[in-house]
Amino acid sequence: MDKMLRYMLVAALLMVAPLAASASGHGDGEDFSPKELVMEHLADSYEWHITTIKDRDIVVPLPVIVRSSTGWHLFSSDKICHEGATYEGMYIAHEGKFKDKIVEDVDGVQKRPLDISLTKTACGAILSLLIVMILFLVAARAYKKRDEVDYCPKGLAGLLEWLIDSIMNSVIKPCVGPNYRKFAPYLLTAFFFIFVTNLLGLIPIFPGGANVTGNISITLFMAVATMIAVNCFGSKHYYKDIFWPDVPIFLKAIPLMPIIEIIGIFTKPFALMMRLFANIFAGHSIILSLCCMIFLTAHLGAAMSGSMTAVALLFMIFMNCLELLVAFLQAYVFTMLSAVFIGLAQEH
Amino acid sequence: MEFAKMAAAIGAALCVFGAAWGIGKIGKSAMEAIARQPESAGNIRTSMIIVAALVEGVSLFAVVVCLMAL
Repeated sequence: MDKMLRYMLVAALLMVAPLAASASGHGDGEDFSPKELVMEHLADSYEWHITTIKDRDIVVPLPVIVRSSTGWHLFSSDKICHEGATYEGMYIAHEGKFKDKIVEDVDGVQKRPLDISLTKTACGAILSLLIVMILFLVAARAYKKRDEVDYCPKGLAGLLEWLIDSIMNSVIKPCVGPNYRKFAPYLLTAFFFIFVTNLLGLIPIFPGGANVTGNISITLFMAVATMIAVNCFGSKHYYKDIFWPDVPIFLKAIPLMPIIEIIGIFTKPFALMMRLFANIFAGHSIILSLCCMIFLTAHLGAAMSGSMTAVALLFMIFMNCLELLVAFLQAYVFTMLSAVFIGLAQEH
Repeated sequence: MEFAKMAAAIGAALCVFGAAWGIGKIGKSAMEAIARQPESAGNIRTSMIIVAALVEGVSLFAVVVCLMAL
């Protein structure tokens, strides 16, 4: 068994070399910019680009919903995604402040209409939302059908019960405190949404691969949700500790401590946002850059490019495994820190 | 003279240094604690991973700033 594995590994690595040689024969004229390729995969866009076969882009056009100066418009994005196409006076800007976004010329000035389109990131978020909803609603049916209190479910419900129980017992109950039941729905939703979204971002093919949590707007709103959960349900004691803490008078008369505490209300969710965004963005960038490395070394000759391809492949497998760990860990840390902040704001 | 790119690259290297040092110290004390009391290895391992994620989060603030400067 051990020898078989070794032979298979060597055979796989040897088979990679001619593929690398064929990569060198393609497109030597254009400048290959890894930075551009990585940014193109990680940025949001109005259509979902799957692949390009012989100069033909295979894309899934997504709906564009805008309110321009001529009213509401709903149309498929392939009406404006080609070079130089306009639709009802709107087009995609190619440079400037609104690069790659839909703009229109009003009185000679480029302006952004009110844009609530379902872009790639939004569709990825909706997809992961649907997956989470379907998984849990199907599992919940197993509990509705049975009346006994200590029912031990099997199958999907059993798996999800184990996961939810471990999060409840290790994160939510100890960190939130006595009224954890009020906040458990939000915290569990946050955990599973972030976990499923991170995992979907690692799948390279169509329904996966949208860089959702690596988009700072998405993590911004998750942090705002935590801020609302912490501050709107805070006890009187929590607010008293912010505005008039129990410290010597010279620290609170010139409002030094209160200002620091007020800034603290905003920096804690800010840190949550940046941590999740940077971890996922960096992980996706690394994997894409390693993929680009194959193409960068393609024209250096068969031996060099073959070995670099093998190295890049192994490193990519390692990075993908690491990103699996990071996907779970970032969801866990977000939930844990939200639970801690909520617990600190509650009655002790 | 592209100082911005050079600064971004040097900044990213410094972030990596800070993160690696921090996580290394966490790993070192976790190993020593497990060696002292092997039956609490599970608890210590969980805490080590959580603290490593927090330290890495801080260093990634700096990485994001470097990406913006690139």
